[in-house]
Parts: sequence; C-alpha cells; structure tokens
Amino acid sequence: MSDATNLTAQIDINTIPALGKEQLLELAMGPQHPSTHGVFRMNVVLDGERVMKLKPVFGYLHRNHEKIAESETYLGSMPYTDRLDYICSITNNWAYAIAVEKLAGIEVPERAEYLRVITGELTRLQNHACLLGFLMQDMGASGTPLMYAFREREKIMDLFEGLTGARMMCNYLRFGGCRVDTPAGWMDAARKVVAEFPRFLDEYENLLVGNEILMDRTQEVGILSKELAINAGISGPMARASGVDYDIRKVDHYSIYDRFNFRIPLGERGDVYDRYMIRFLEMRESIKILEQAMRDIPDGPIVDPKTKIRGFRPKPGEAYGRIESPKGELGFYLVSDGALNPYRYRVRPPSLINLTVLEDLCIGQNVADVVVILGSIDIVLGEVDR
Amino acid sequence: MNLENIKSEIEANVPGCQLEFVLNPSPSAQHSLRLDHAHAVAVATYLRDAADLRFDFCSNVTGIDWPAKELTEKVKVKKLVDGEEKEVEEVRKTTIPGTLEVVYHLFSVEKKHGPITLRMSTKDRETEVHMPSLTPVWRSAEFQEREIFDLFGVVFDGHPDLRRLLMWPDFIDHPMRRDYVAPDDFEYEPTAHDAVLQRANQHQSEAIAKLASEAEGK
Amino acid sequence: MVDEELKNEMSKQGIVTTTLQELYNWGRRSSLWPLNFGLACCAIEMIATTMARYDMARFGAEVFRPSPRQADLMIVAGTVTKKMAPQVVRLYNQMPEPKYVIAMGACAISGGPFKQGYNVLKGIDRYFPVDIYIPGCPPRPEALLDAFMSLQKMIDAQQLTGPNRPRHLNADAKSEFIVPKFGEHDLEPAQNSTVWKAPLVQISGTETDKSAK
Ligand code: SF4
Repeated sequence: MSDATNLTAQIDINTIPALGKEQLLELAMGPQHPSTHGVFRMNVVLDGERVMKLKPVFGYLHRNHEKIAESETYLGSMPYTDRLDYICSITNNWAYAIAVEKLAGIEVPERAEYLRVITGELTRLQNHACLLGFLMQDMGASGTPLMYAFREREKIMDLFEGLTGARMMCNYLRFGGCRVDTPAGWMDAARKVVAEFPRFLDEYENLLVGNEILMDRTQEVGILSKELAINAGISGPMARASGVDYDIRKVDHYSIYDRFNFRIPLGERGDVYDRYMIRFLEMRESIKILEQAMRDIPDGPIVDPKTKIRGFRPKPGEAYGRIESPKGELGFYLVSDGALNPYRYRVRPPSLINLTVLEDLCIGQNVADVVVILGSIDIVLGEVDR
Repeated sequence: MNLENIKSEIEANVPGCQLEFVLNPSPSAQHSLRLDHAHAVAVATYLRDAADLRFDFCSNVTGIDWPAKELTEKVKVKKLVDGEEKEVEEVRKTTIPGTLEVVYHLFSVEKKHGPITLRMSTKDRETEVHMPSLTPVWRSAEFQEREIFDLFGVVFDGHPDLRRLLMWPDFIDHPMRRDYVAPDDFEYEPTAHDAVLQRANQHQSEAIAKLASEAEGK
Repeated sequence: MVDEELKNEMSKQGIVTTTLQELYNWGRRSSLWPLNFGLACCAIEMIATTMARYDMARFGAEVFRPSPRQADLMIVAGTVTKKMAPQVVRLYNQMPEPKYVIAMGACAISGGPFKQGYNVLKGIDRYFPVDIYIPGCPPRPEALLDAFMSLQKMIDAQQLTGPNRPRHLNADAKSEFIVPKFGEHDLEPAQNSTVWKAPLVQISGTETDKSAK
C-alpha cells in the first residue's frame, strides 16, 4: 500500500500559486461556524473580498454508516437511514426500501404506496420550509423567517409523531410496505395541515419574495450552468434550478407517482435566486400531490405479508435503487452474498455530490456570498459525510 | 436498452477494448460491464457522447472489497491404487485472489434512460491498486473517487486532486476494507453475550487491573 | 442568616433579603448563554427548542453565541467524531469559566447508535467533564428544557466557598484539558485519563462480576 499512503498528504493551501501581486488571505470557515449547517469546513483563499479558491473539507460527521451496515441485518439498517439526512428521515427509509425491494423482488401493496407518497411529500414540505428558513438566516434575516418555518415544521412533526411515534427519526418504512397504519383521525389532521400550508407559503412569499435586499443578494450570484450541472452529477432542486429537466419521480415512474397530476418547475438562470424560488414552487406541487393522494387513498393491507422479517436473506446479486429525495437523487446500492447482512451497502448522497461544484460557484464571488451559495445548495452533514 | 447491444456497440466503436458481461442473478437484473484499464476512459467517453446512448450523468461510484478467498471443492479423480484404477475423492483448494472493485452507475439525463453499471477491478489489494480515474469524463466522480481512495485505498490515475476525503490526512488505514480492525475502545451494554461478552470481560479485567495498580501506587 | 419564615413575611411586605450566594447563583442560572454549536441530528432538535413552540427564552438561555469566548454553556448536540473531537475540546478550552456542559443525545453520551464506528468518539466525557446528560436519540425538546432546569438547580445549589466550591472559584482547579492529536490509527490519546475512567459494568454470571465487588 506504499503508493496509497504517499498520496494521503493533504495539499497545503500555502502552495497555491499567488495570483497577481496582491496579498492573499487564507481563511478557514468552519468546522464550527454558524453558517455551515453543521460541521463542515471550507478553506477559502481571498483576494480582499473576492474568493480565489475554495476547498471543502469533509469528514467531521463521518459516522461510518456504511461500515456499520455491513454487520447489521437488512432491517437493522433501517433506523440508521433515518440519521443520514436527519431532516427528512422518511424519504431516506424509502430509498433504502426501494433498493431492498429491487434486490429481493418484493411487491408493495397499494395502500402502503399511498402512505409512502403522503409521508414522503410531507417530508419534502418540511425540508424545503426549513431550508428557506436557514437560507434567510444565512443572509442575515435572523429569527423571523426561521421561526415561521419551524412553526410549520412542528405541525408536520406532530403528524409524524402521531403516525410513527417519533418526531424526527420515524423509521416508518418496511420492505414491502409501511410499519403501522394511520391511527383514527390522523388523515383528517393531515388534510388540515396540508390545507393550511398554502397560507404559510403566501405569507412567506409576501414577506420575502419581493424583498429588495434578498434579490440583491441572490440574483446573479453563484450561477450554475446546465452542462456543468449534468456533468457534475447535480440532482434535485439544484439541478432543476439550472434548467435540467430531470425529476426521478417522473423519469423512473417509481411508486405511484404516475397517477398524480403535478408539474416539474424549472429555473432559467441557475443562480441562488432560482434555487430559492424553485423550492417554493416545488412545495406548491407537493401540496397538489398530497391533496390527490389523500383523496384517493384506498383501504387495504399496508405490508406485503409474504415478506420475511426474521431471517431475511436476499439471493446473491446487487441492486441500485433511487428516489427523488428533497435534496436530490438519493440512491442505495446493495450487494448481497446471500447472507443475513449486506455484503456492501452504499449510500449515494445527493448532498455530497451537489457540493462538487461549490468551488466553481464561489470563485469570483464575495466571501459573504459563499455562505448564501452554500445555503442554497441545501446540504445536511449527516448525509454528506455519512 | 439492452446491455448486450450496448456492449457490441461499444466494441464496434472503441477498437481493442475488452468488455466482460457480468450477470446479476438477483431480481433487479441490473447486469454490468467490466472494463479493462487501458480503454476505460475511451469507453466512458463513448458512452457519454454517443448520440443514441448519451450516458451523461454518472450517478454513483462505489468501491467493493473482495479479499482473497479460498475455495475447497471435492473432486473425484481416477487414480492407480495398488495397481488398480479406482475413483478417489480429492480435496482441491483454489485461491481466488483478492481485488478491489469500483462500480459506476450511469444514467442519461438527455434520453432519460439507465442505469447501466460499469465495473473495474484492480490487480490485487496490496500493491497493484491503481486504476484509471473517470473524473475527467464525469465531474461527479471527483469526490466519490476520493472517498474510495480514502476508505478502500484504490489509487485513481488521472484524478485531479486525489486526497483523503473523510478521514484525516495522517490516517493510514483504509477502513472500509473487510480486514480493517477498528480501535478497540468501547464497552458493551450489560446484556452482552458471545464474542461481545468476551470483549466486555476483557475490558473489565483491564480496567480492574488498572484500578488495582493505581490503588497500589497511592 | 435570616430565618426562613421571617424572610417570607418580609417579602410579602416588599422587602427582599438575600445572601450573596443566592444572588450570585440566581444571576448565573438565569442567563446561561449557550454556544451556537450543533454537530448532528440532535442539533435540529436543539434549534427546535429555541423556536417559538418550546421557547427556550423562558429560561434566559436563548442568546446563542457564535463565539466560545462569549458563551458559558456548551450543548454537545450530536455525534462527536474523532475528526471533530479535537475541535470540540479546543472550543471548550476557549470558553471562559464558569462553563457548563450538557451532553445531548445518545451519541454525545456514548457514541449512541454509531458506537461501533471507527471514526466515532464514544462519549465526549472522555475528554472533558459533563454536567448534565440527556438520553434520547434525539432527545425531545422537552428533555432539553428539563436538562436546563436540572442545570439551573445544580447552579442554584453551588456553594461559593468551602471545599465543594465550583471549579471557577478554585484557583487550583484546571479549566483546560488536553486537546487530542490525530494519530495514524486513532486519536492520541484515545481518552483523557484524568477525566474519564472506564466504567465497571455488571456482567451477570461472569468471573469479573465477582471480582469487581
Ligand atoms: S443521539 Fe441520535 S439523534 Fe442525536 S446525534 Fe446521535 S444519532 Fe443523531
């Protein structure tokens, strides 16, 4: 392994050739920094206020999820997936469940699919709401917007708690279905929350969308071109803000998304403002999906009774399953060798891969914009580092 | 999209490349192609640019560690025993050499199809751990290949910035390898059993010995 | 010392009596300034606690400070990885006395669900002392509030003089702890043995069970 170890030396930021005669300033933002959404670090080289170079440093929340999963049973990894992207636990469950269902060829009953869509879209709502709050916080609007967002989040948390017993770490999906059915009155409560949600969006839009400071700080900042977005594997709202028409809900036809009538909003310029607006529009589409799903949900079993829970051993082989999580393409790649635990378990983290272009977006911008650009990418460190 | 067709198409367009079709027996039926090192970049570029394929989105890059395995099989052989020809059972041992494998999952944003799976293997796990990087073809592989370099120890030739991604730079192990042993530094809960119990016992006796020596010191 | 009954009687008449110790502790406990510092999932619940619904401001603790120099409470909210541990200890060292620590969630206490991880520190109390532990994964916001109240009670009971006085009033007591270094396989040292001792767990029916007694 001699070669491998030689290369581990970190590139020293001091060796970056000086650009021009100006004095360059090196700045380490993070890992403890109020704007980095957790423990993330950026080594920035500045010329005055301008960013000349930016190197992200990862691993401060590397919790060895993949290694641990290799010694857990398939079901035993389900609660760990909650903790990947800890703001949207149910969509993580969902991606993992889809990968296992592909690996073992499991069917999902109709009602369970509806429950998955409902909880998944509720997750998307609260993720986007929180993201907007955090983004505003990064821009200096401390307090109010985040408070509004968390007020809405609490309503959805209450729904999750009523359904699954936990606010954040729902651990709700099972291979071939869901863990529990809705308790009495839950669906009505959920309908009420969804019916009231547009009011929050209107309020938020009134408060912020036309705001001049916000426009100044976001328009034409951090522009991501369509070509780079595709080549760099950018997915989710961030890619769509750059005009990439790619939503896995429409492309893969997974679950029952074919049955719903909804549109995919696209951005034009790919700047922070587009990334920010696209989340508003996506929330409105999610509400449409939720309304349709709650109207149509049938009765029936919520889990495929043939699925084994104890001693679940998929046949040898491998599968890659993915969904459109609120952050982007969340995929799970599983290799089975016929044992109780996966031979290889891999998470395709949208947050990490969306950060690939962070440097490209930040170069030439002001250092204060770095924070806003990072906020608009929407990362959760639990997923970036796993 | 049939992988067999794609394979013959690549073979027709990238002269000299050796592709191996790897069957996936699971219900997912996601078969894959194994690339040779010399033509990997050419094949990848072809897959990305060919008008009817356009696999422009490299979604997922993964490493897999396959340590050397010993297979024992019983074979019946004819042998001369005491001047007579007899069928004798013999145990034959074959070692499958260990290898590090890297898997790429590709999709097409333009054509909205996929996935196809590419794989590449290193020669062994200790010294010949090189393979060509596909980052020049797909930027999205940049961090993921760095992660594989960090956790598995695969060296990607042609990667623009190959450093450890997750662990600190002075760390020398590759923790996602199957034979990695983590530092033994935690106690198990009181319901321990089997191997866990052994370990807990060992920790306990160490702790007690330490307490005793401290008490003596005072 | 004023008689307790007399004190009550007087306070009804608008005369407040107190001791310096009470006044001092009251001031301390009513304006805890936490460090604005989240590590993982638990941090989201910590943020939720500061928001309108749970409203940590009721406890005088809503002033989250981004700089350790201005904070006197560290809420270790989330998994401390080995890569992050030196920075956490350094932040703790940078906080001025008096300083208090709440370990929020299973991860900060013991590594929690990620205990088997090679890069996970098995409890932040291996490097510096922790005052309050809140179990949970994640603890609910109510649990964090409860931790606050426990901490306030703890501060209220502080004796300003005598052998049990708090660390910041004891000139001999250490308020900085060693910052671990990145080693080739693990952190060095893997724990601060002046702060942390391996706990003796009861393992029923085994040899060590008897010898531990
Ligand atoms: S205790 Fe649970 S919720 Fe808290 S950081 Fe650890 S895994 Fe996340």
